[in-house]
Amino acid sequence: MTSFDRRSLLTGSLVLGAGSLALPRIAFAQGAGNRNLLFVLLRGAADGMAMLAPVGDPGFDSLRGASLADYDGAPRIGSFFAVHPALAQIAIAAEAGEVVFVHAAATAYRERSHFDGQNLIESGGTAPYATKDGWLNRLAGLINEGAPAPLRALAIAQAVPLALRGSAPVSNYAPSALPQASEDLLARVSQLYGADTELGPLWARALETKAMASDDGLNNLRDASAAGELTASLMRGEGGARIGMVELGGWDTHANQRGAFARSARQLDALLAAYKTGMGTGWSDTMVLVATEFGRTARLNGTGGTDHGTASAALVMGGAVRGGRVIADWPGLAASQLYDGRDLAPTIAMESVLAGAVAEHLRLDPARAMARLFPGRDAVPLSGIVRA
Amino acid sequence: MTAASIAMNRFGYGLAAGDSPPADPRRYLLRQFDLFDPAPATITARVNTRAKTGETLELLRRLRQDTKALAAMEQANAPNMAEAMRDEDPRAAALAGLPPEYRDKLTEARRVLAGDIAVRVNLALTSPAPMVERLVHFWSNHFSVSVGKPGTQFEAGPHEFTAIRPHVLGRFADMLSAAVLHPAMLIYLDQFQSIGPNAPFSQRRGRRGGDNPQRPRGLNENLAREVLELHTLGVDGGYAQADVTELARALTGWTVPGVGRVGRFAEEQTSGAAFVALVHEPGPRQVLGRTYAAGQAEQALAILDDLAGHPATARHIATKFARHFAGDTPPPALIARLEADFLKTGGDLASLTRTLIDAPEAWTQGPVKFRAPFEWLVAALRLTAITTLPPQRIVGALAELGQSPWRAPSPAGYDDFAASWAGPDALIRRVDLAERIARNVPPDGVIARAQAAFPGALSEQTLMQLKRAESGHQALALLLVSPEMMRR
Repeated sequence: MTSFDRRSLLTGSLVLGAGSLALPRIAFAQGAGNRNLLFVLLRGAADGMAMLAPVGDPGFDSLRGASLADYDGAPRIGSFFAVHPALAQIAIAAEAGEVVFVHAAATAYRERSHFDGQNLIESGGTAPYATKDGWLNRLAGLINEGAPAPLRALAIAQAVPLALRGSAPVSNYAPSALPQASEDLLARVSQLYGADTELGPLWARALETKAMASDDGLNNLRDASAAGELTASLMRGEGGARIGMVELGGWDTHANQRGAFARSARQLDALLAAYKTGMGTGWSDTMVLVATEFGRTARLNGTGGTDHGTASAALVMGGAVRGGRVIADWPGLAASQLYDGRDLAPTIAMESVLAGAVAEHLRLDPARAMARLFPGRDAVPLSGIVRA
Repeated sequence: MTAASIAMNRFGYGLAAGDSPPADPRRYLLRQFDLFDPAPATITARVNTRAKTGETLELLRRLRQDTKALAAMEQANAPNMAEAMRDEDPRAAALAGLPPEYRDKLTEARRVLAGDIAVRVNLALTSPAPMVERLVHFWSNHFSVSVGKPGTQFEAGPHEFTAIRPHVLGRFADMLSAAVLHPAMLIYLDQFQSIGPNAPFSQRRGRRGGDNPQRPRGLNENLAREVLELHTLGVDGGYAQADVTELARALTGWTVPGVGRVGRFAEEQTSGAAFVALVHEPGPRQVLGRTYAAGQAEQALAILDDLAGHPATARHIATKFARHFAGDTPPPALIARLEADFLKTGGDLASLTRTLIDAPEAWTQGPVKFRAPFEWLVAALRLTAITTLPPQRIVGALAELGQSPWRAPSPAGYDDFAASWAGPDALIRRVDLAERIARNVPPDGVIARAQAAFPGALSEQTLMQLKRAESGHQALALLLVSPEMMRR
């Protein structure tokens, strides 16, 4: 990130394009030691502009007017960005300098299919379904080279997700308490049955009954917290897994985004907070990477939601992260600045965020990591994420 | 629906992931007559548990003198809605209250039953003849037995495996005698303790001046009535109470091996039952105006044989068969075709099935029927490429969906009317389960799979929702509960 246009503002802890001056010393494949990496994949295209709202951009009001109130009094990073209020614990960690946000980032994928997009952010390939193993698995392989024993890699899921699939040994563990995207699925079933004269009315009655019978939101929050604790318990200490992965759904907010996004964001917040607490003293050697397959449209649609877009935000959190700031080459929100006239334009390659962050954290050569994890790209790994 | 979609979904258990839709739908169905394996290895390798049935019945007889233990046993035997989902089993407490020998027997019975249910489901998941598997389950439900009746747990699986399955493409008469005279049915409908009032055994007991009043004695008409009402003629089939009683008398002596004081006199029968001449009511019988000479085991067999070919039976079977495949109110023309075929061939079930396949009424665009829970689950699992599931998962899922095999609430079997199944709660349960299933399997190529499963019959609405899903897992869950999956 050396040659971008610093056309936007640079205030307080907001850092645009972290300098390459603060390069940590990198030993070649030194091994992970006791360092931990947790990758959290937000499935369904999480809205980066809701997560970290560019309230300082003059275009934001007109695009997101209906959701402006959410950010009144929300924690700020600099004067330009506001953290969604549902991410309260994450905001506190950011305040403590443990969170770096990366904004307007996207993988090389420019279409708008969840399946293809997720395939790419997991496989690290350049075309959907072309690469059969996942970048996290290749990362494990890279660290295992020359190590006396392969590290433990673990998916907190009922089936190993593509990002972790490959030749390096991986295990998975499914907690019964993993938060579910049920509410989102239920809403989709409503649409699925919408035009069906038999199933539609039956389903409406089913939902009424269910709504009276339970309070899913609370349960899911408890579940998210439990999943965070569980993940930490499986990753801390000598015998813990060095690489972990968690998936969270419920981000495909096509309608009534304010409620739906807040619900999912609260789960992410609870999960990460519990994870951090659970890691205890190991937190100083821990990095959490949160990413999604692509972003959403800049403008709210007619049903108060957003549709499939391009750039989104990522989040790097950890005890050794040089945090409390936003890394962005802010593209702007004026009509002419939007990608395809509708999406937040991508200015940072998500692949360089992922490769740069893991390389610094795990003391790998960034260029080598990039070549192995995300081959065939010319983007340079992002640097300066971890404290030197 | 297109013909290919109808062939797979209305006639069978849907597409198995990885398969291609049939190019020639009719041939695809007819070919299954040859592909069907009536005695697959999972059935032939099953450990013979017949002796355990007699042991269980003896245990029950002793339990009857201990009403508290009996209540606990019944509770312990009740279906559990969340068997696989919960750690605490409400039945555990009931079980704990039983003497160890009873508890062990019950635990063993449940394990064997779960294994048999898994055999049934896993066969359907991988069968190259899903239509014939449907026939097995249709006929098994026609000759319904329920494990809710203590003593049947070791026999329900074998009933379907040996009395139903080998005959689904054979003669109805053979299936009738095999199914009705199988130990499972003899226990379920109390036949095993029915005794002819004038049988030698009763005479001897009478001379001794009475016995333990707890002991059953005398005629039990339960099985005879259900044979006439449910299995053959149908409720309006033109029989009278006298016919029921006469058939009941003819059936005396048919019992379960290893039971009671007369057990040692039992002669083994091909159905797996035993015949004890000592308790058979002597004399000729008259059923539906026909006279049957005095005899032994063959007396009931002769009556059953005539019932199997009776015109009322043809009508009754044709109606149920048509309702199962062609909708709750099947076209009268279809019933007429099936009835005529049944009469003409003397109940040849392969011919009956061919007639169904050839009938234009069976190919109406539809969909014509809401899938019952068992059918939905099997179709859903086939579509996810799951080829085998452990018994407890299967038992749990089916209990949750409300259609545990061999546990229908009455001898009439599970209701075959869509309205009984298409309820709000059923939808919620399927959505919950679909989400759990989908999360467990690789969700690759869901759109292509949907198009192969419902060739030319996938609605724009469904396709759009699948494409919009936020992940492959979610798309698969949506596919499993799509209107196309719910009805066929």
